[in-house]
Amino acid sequence: MSRGVDADFLALPLDACTDAALSRARDLGAVHADVRVVSILTVYTRVRDARIEGSLLDDDSGLAVRVVVDGCWGFAASDRIDVDTARSLAERAVALARISAPLSTTRVELAPEPVHVGTWVSAYDIDPFEVHEAERLDLLTSRSAALNAHPAVSHSTASLHAVKERVHYADLAGTRTTQQRVRIESDLTAIAVNPTSGSFETMATTAPPAGRGWEYVTGAAVTVGGARAWDWADELAALPDNLHEKTLAPSVEPGRYDLVIHPTNLWLTIHESIGHATELDRALGYEANYAGTSFATPDRLGTLQYGSSVMNVTGDRVVQHGLSTVGWDDEGVGAQSWDIVKDGVLVGYQLDRSMAAEFGLARSNGCAYADSAGHTAIQRMPNVSLQPAVDGPSLESLIGGVEDGIYIVGDKSWSIDMQRFNFQFTGQRFHRIRAGKLVGQLKDVAYQATTTDFWGSMRAVGGESTYLLGGAFNCGKGQPGQVAAVSHGAPVAVFEAVNVLNSAQEAGR
Amino acid sequence: MSTPQEFVERALEASASRGCVVLVRSQSIANVRWARNTLTTNGETLATAVSVVALVDVPGGVAAGSVTLNNPGPEGIVDLVRRAERVAVEEGPADDAGDLAAGIEASPDWGDEPTVATSADLSVLAPQIGALFESGRADGIEHFGYAEQSVTTYYLGTSSGVRLRFADPEGRLELTAKSHARSRSTWAGRAARSLAGMDLDAVDREVRQGLAWQANRVDVAPGRHTAVLTPSAVADLMIELYWSSVARDAADGQSVWSQAGGGTRRGETVADPRVHLHSDPLMAGLEAVPFVVTTGSSGSSSVFDNALPVGAVSWIRDGVLENLITTRHTAVETGLPFRPGVENLRLDLAGGTGSLEDVVARTQDGLLVTCLWYNRVVDPQTLLLTGLTRDGVYAVRGGEVVGAVTNFRFNDSPVGVLNRVDDAGSPVATLAREMGDYFNRAAMPPMVVRDFNFSTVSQAS
Repeated sequence: MSRGVDADFLALPLDACTDAALSRARDLGAVHADVRVVSILTVYTRVRDARIEGSLLDDDSGLAVRVVVDGCWGFAASDRIDVDTARSLAERAVALARISAPLSTTRVELAPEPVHVGTWVSAYDIDPFEVHEAERLDLLTSRSAALNAHPAVSHSTASLHAVKERVHYADLAGTRTTQQRVRIESDLTAIAVNPTSGSFETMATTAPPAGRGWEYVTGAAVTVGGARAWDWADELAALPDNLHEKTLAPSVEPGRYDLVIHPTNLWLTIHESIGHATELDRALGYEANYAGTSFATPDRLGTLQYGSSVMNVTGDRVVQHGLSTVGWDDEGVGAQSWDIVKDGVLVGYQLDRSMAAEFGLARSNGCAYADSAGHTAIQRMPNVSLQPAVDGPSLESLIGGVEDGIYIVGDKSWSIDMQRFNFQFTGQRFHRIRAGKLVGQLKDVAYQATTTDFWGSMRAVGGESTYLLGGAFNCGKGQPGQVAAVSHGAPVAVFEAVNVLNSAQEAGR
Repeated sequence: MSTPQEFVERALEASASRGCVVLVRSQSIANVRWARNTLTTNGETLATAVSVVALVDVPGGVAAGSVTLNNPGPEGIVDLVRRAERVAVEEGPADDAGDLAAGIEASPDWGDEPTVATSADLSVLAPQIGALFESGRADGIEHFGYAEQSVTTYYLGTSSGVRLRFADPEGRLELTAKSHARSRSTWAGRAARSLAGMDLDAVDREVRQGLAWQANRVDVAPGRHTAVLTPSAVADLMIELYWSSVARDAADGQSVWSQAGGGTRRGETVADPRVHLHSDPLMAGLEAVPFVVTTGSSGSSSVFDNALPVGAVSWIRDGVLENLITTRHTAVETGLPFRPGVENLRLDLAGGTGSLEDVVARTQDGLLVTCLWYNRVVDPQTLLLTGLTRDGVYAVRGGEVVGAVTNFRFNDSPVGVLNRVDDAGSPVATLAREMGDYFNRAAMPPMVVRDFNFSTVSQAS
């Protein structure tokens, strides 16, 4: 269904505010100025044991003005959306830039971008904010109750998180865009407690968040490429039995195993070890104090062997239902797609306009994003996806090709170092593979590797049938801290001889 | 333009249900960020968030509906209340329903305007930042950093007559330094109520000391080694532990504080008997909101508890687990006392004395860890965390730093850490490298921990 931008947002004085701020900034000497009018609606509802625990509905709106004056950035924002405030913010931003200019030894330059005028709305059918709270709650409580009805389940939790972003952007060059994006996610977790031993295990659903509407969480969505409709009934029906099997499973023997990793787990490994590592601002050092830097430094572009020859990774802001998909970024750059790793070699970065200019590129690939009016746009992650093999193998075929290994499904704990070398991940389910067959679950599994070793060990990637768009709502970066939603497509993939730890032994149990 | 007090009064006047809580948070932030010896971004923001929690009689009990809007304007406040009431009705009865706090004396400064942070608060640092860049360029050192001054002023009003105000300033300064083609890297951070008292020159001296130590490299294999943890590193571990100390999770059998056979481990010796982990909203220099402020209910907070006093509490005293975080509702559920969470945390080790330098001087053989990063729970049952050392790990031999070693991934539990303390200094206010984004009122000692699990090498530098 094609929807438009909400009337209440369009009723705001969008043009009047942006005109006032831009003209004031120009008059005060800004060579670049951009204005964003932002409204972000968020609903978050939590259920525990089929009873509501809490619910929050938030409307975060405001006006942001960013300028370049004397080669330096200036930024000011307010939660008031009116012409006087817009003008005042332009003055404050210019003043801040002038105060800061003596401390700036590198002049801000922006890669050029054609002028865009238009409106863009993400693909969704049912606006979650038009669904009554009672209906949202009923979905969660009924699913939580169904989990609790299983004898293996001691407790259950359920949550629903939906966001609607509405942004009007305008800049001095003449770009003027309005867009509206909707995203949604729901997680359910079943908990099994052994009251005698005091031990417990959990298992959560693996449904990824999606750039979709309410139809996704009810199971009424339609599959589009890797953005798959989710069979909630099937996953929830299997969850308690899977959990019960995990409680009885043997603890993994640490050592090296071949791993078959499902996209519900691999998306996060992609996010941490490729997504963040190929942000050019990180690679240049701009995030050194906070998120860190990257081993994938610009001098290695075109030569760094990131992984095996079956590794092909793209960046995009265009894939349907992607969490980072937009019409234009928060610097007015049109959405694009590009290669990041080609045949195992690093070939591209994620850029905003200043990074592109600093790197000598003709155009940004459109990765600027600000998570609210209160924050300035910085380079954030596009959808970064590992591509499947054309006519590639099925899941069954990939598992069938492993003599002695572990099949990993679902994400859980994650951690990676400040240059994106050393990582450690766990998961929801770990199935032992022997002679190409799944022979039961393991528990206490964590896999640990160095990024290029891990991707270098990737022996095979699955075909389109195994490809799934995963992702997260809560990727953090920048100071002050910002969050962003991002998708990562991945096929099932096979990795050779990866170091597996036993988390219970690591804890000294 | 409405004042926070007008938002509160208009919302309460508009309330048509059995009760109403109105929370206005006026937040101002001024910040500056730099990298590679040049300023990168800066900003000044001001926002007023108005939250209304409507308490509505519904079949089966009392429901709570919570809605938050930014600066709704005088005409929008009535609509906000109606929306909260509608949400409450749709949600149905709340398990944590209870009477709102009453009979609480109004804050004497209730009528005051919000306290505001502006870029002027950064002005004291500007000359120091400029000098930092110059000296960095002269000495081949790249500086990266961030300074922020924020103030959140809370105005809490309820239909039961509560009128409370609290201004909550936070200052934060961080500096990373890199040299020798970025093969050396160090970090230091400060947290306090105000940037005004912070000395960037002193922070620069600290990071330069780290760079100098890194001139010599020492090979140390991964494994269990004695760790000398800075207050920042201790803070990151203890905040994880504190946030995992929720009574209901423990009673449900889902936490490190769960008792085999049911119940919690309250009353059990869980740490070295010298350990005292505690909070107090009135702690000097770490002052925190002294009453409950929340817009949503969870296992660790209840909207019905808004405005109730938050007091001093010991979480672990003499090594014994003494309290867990409860709401009034979960206190009844678990049979534990009502102990709302406090936004500060202090760890004392009885007998611990001296600074980090003193502790290093007392250490014969260990690895000095500057800070921890990307810490995540691997196993909630043991509170096993994994994470990484960052920006400087140093070999200590015979009470002196003798060189730098690689970074490591660690796998260890803060509960285990509190049982393997060999030595500790005096607590000092510190900035947790990772958790400081969310929790920056911590006073921690430097601590020497034996058998810390440095699991594998990280090549990061």
